[in-house]
Amino acid sequence: MAQVRLVKLRKEFGKVVAVNDLSLEIKDGEFIAMLGPSGCGKTTTLLMIAGIYYPTRGEIYFDDVLMNEVPPKDRHVGLVFQSYALYPHMTVYQNIAFPLRLAKKSKREIDEKVHEVARLTQIEDLLDRMPSQLSGGQQQRVALCRALVKEPEVLLLDEPLSNLDARLRIETRAEIKRLQQELGITTILVTHDQVEAMTMAERIAVLHQGVLQQYGLPNELYDAPRNLFVASFIGDPPMNLVRVRYEIKEGRPCLVAGDFALPLSSEWAQRIEKSGEREFTLGIRPEDMNLLFNEQNHAFSGMVSLIEPLGGAVLVHIHAGSARFRVLTSREKQIFLGNQLWVQPKLEKLQLFLPDGRSIRELYEA
Amino acid sequence: MRRSVYPLKTSTLEKIRRRERAIKVLLYGFLFITALPIIIGYSWLFLNSFSERLVYGLIPEQLTLKNWSFLWKPPSPYYPSLWRAFANTLILGLGMVITVVGISTPAAYVLSRMKFPGRIEILAGTLILHSFPGITLLISLYYVLRTLGLLNTVVGVFLVKAGLMMPFAIWVMKGFFDGIPWDVERAALVDGATRFQTWYKVMLPQVKPGIGAISILAFLSGWSEYIYVITFIHDKRSWTLSSYVNSIISDYRFLDYGLLASTALFYIFPVLVFFLFAQRYLLQVSIGGMKGGE
Repeated sequence: MAQVRLVKLRKEFGKVVAVNDLSLEIKDGEFIAMLGPSGCGKTTTLLMIAGIYYPTRGEIYFDDVLMNEVPPKDRHVGLVFQSYALYPHMTVYQNIAFPLRLAKKSKREIDEKVHEVARLTQIEDLLDRMPSQLSGGQQQRVALCRALVKEPEVLLLDEPLSNLDARLRIETRAEIKRLQQELGITTILVTHDQVEAMTMAERIAVLHQGVLQQYGLPNELYDAPRNLFVASFIGDPPMNLVRVRYEIKEGRPCLVAGDFALPLSSEWAQRIEKSGEREFTLGIRPEDMNLLFNEQNHAFSGMVSLIEPLGGAVLVHIHAGSARFRVLTSREKQIFLGNQLWVQPKLEKLQLFLPDGRSIRELYEA
Repeated sequence: MRRSVYPLKTSTLEKIRRRERAIKVLLYGFLFITALPIIIGYSWLFLNSFSERLVYGLIPEQLTLKNWSFLWKPPSPYYPSLWRAFANTLILGLGMVITVVGISTPAAYVLSRMKFPGRIEILAGTLILHSFPGITLLISLYYVLRTLGLLNTVVGVFLVKAGLMMPFAIWVMKGFFDGIPWDVERAALVDGATRFQTWYKVMLPQVKPGIGAISILAFLSGWSEYIYVITFIHDKRSWTLSSYVNSIISDYRFLDYGLLASTALFYIFPVLVFFLFAQRYLLQVSIGGMKGGE
């Protein structure tokens, strides 16, 4: 197992900067996710770690050994591709044995190891088949086996679940997490699916346009996004984001957007005054709001415009002046279309973003 | 009772069926007529080779094996041994296969996968070379071969032929390599293969149909080569079957049709057998490589 360190890693394709001075540290045995929309540079980073692409600038260290010039075959990484990339002319057994055969292991050792990983992922009865005879989920397991069989120092997973159907995805993601914990391999998962990243990884690095946005524990990213991009990218249903202005209305500090006004606590008022800004983007997660039938402190009124039952919970769309909110509430509440309600956000969960996208927290925590 | 929306009488059905049959008969008739010249040509060859003479040009009289005696003794002292010519033709065909496959597969891989200055120019250049009529090069090639000391040798002919076939072979093979996803190659590199091992163990097995196809085409083109053979080879020891047939037609004082027919059949037969086994590889070429998802 190895610790992985990226220092100011940069990759340019012609004039396009795919990865922009990315610095990241992954602890020995840790499972991290690189999360971002397509084109954010996450797969490019992965391929640089694997040695397929050479970085334009910057360094890649495995256990403090510089890897920049080391060819892929000597990096001891296992890589699972989004397309699985199985060798179509080899049986499942030969596919899994391929890395070992290249490493000139003895026939007996190869046989033992192939069966061992096959048992681990429950594909032992598929060993004689050709890849074209397998389902997507089975191919995915074979690809995982092939990556694991050489006992890599670092395991790289490139969107390993995106070609599976929804149900299989849930099973497989638990299985990969279990395997990673069992084997303790340093693992980097690349994904555009924030649920995948949240459920599987110990830490998540959010990338956008080649730039690292935030790197931290899943809950940190969820509760304290450092900027608007992270806030909008993480969470499902997504965070409510409303452009607001800070004003004093009837002697009370408020966030205002047209007819919508949210009265604030004095604590928030102080923070905002300190920032010297007036225009913000207000962020609040759907589950951090209470729906009330009577007026209360620090609440705003709105009308129910749409109700989406989610099974266990209900997603209620609220129109409050020109602002629109999605509120997650329990299904026991008797709420009907057209109801006039009061919405009370949990003030401690409010997120305010400065015009440049940074969270206001960056100011008072710095 | 609800009546059917399609009240077809048996007679109507019968009529439709009859019309379909008529169309089929017409189609096959047309195909038969267009194929007739070829059928007549080959039957003439076949019948001629086994009979003393043909009445009205097509009806054999007195079956004989006399025309096939060239198999064990040359028809006249003028001719070299048939088996020597056969061996030379085989060498010409196989030489083509080895040269064409041996050069076009690695070349096509590099052109398909690697970026280097001049790549586009090389690709365009091969197409231009492919569009040259080979016959325009006859005289210059003659000089080149003479300078190299390859005149009058089968090796000289298959090198020239292979060179002219190379553009086509490279393009076909490039198509097959283009069809292999990058990820498969990357997987091999990460799995511990060198670039060469990746090419040899992972890429080559996947372009087997392409190799099969160009091998067949190269072999057939060498086997049936005529113009370069009679231009560059005069020495009887280096004759191929096409020189042999050629000399029966042109160099003899009178034309022995029986001998010509049986030699021609002998010349065709191996290719025919070969083709029967190999045509499924040839059919892959038009598909242009790997089918998706396999």
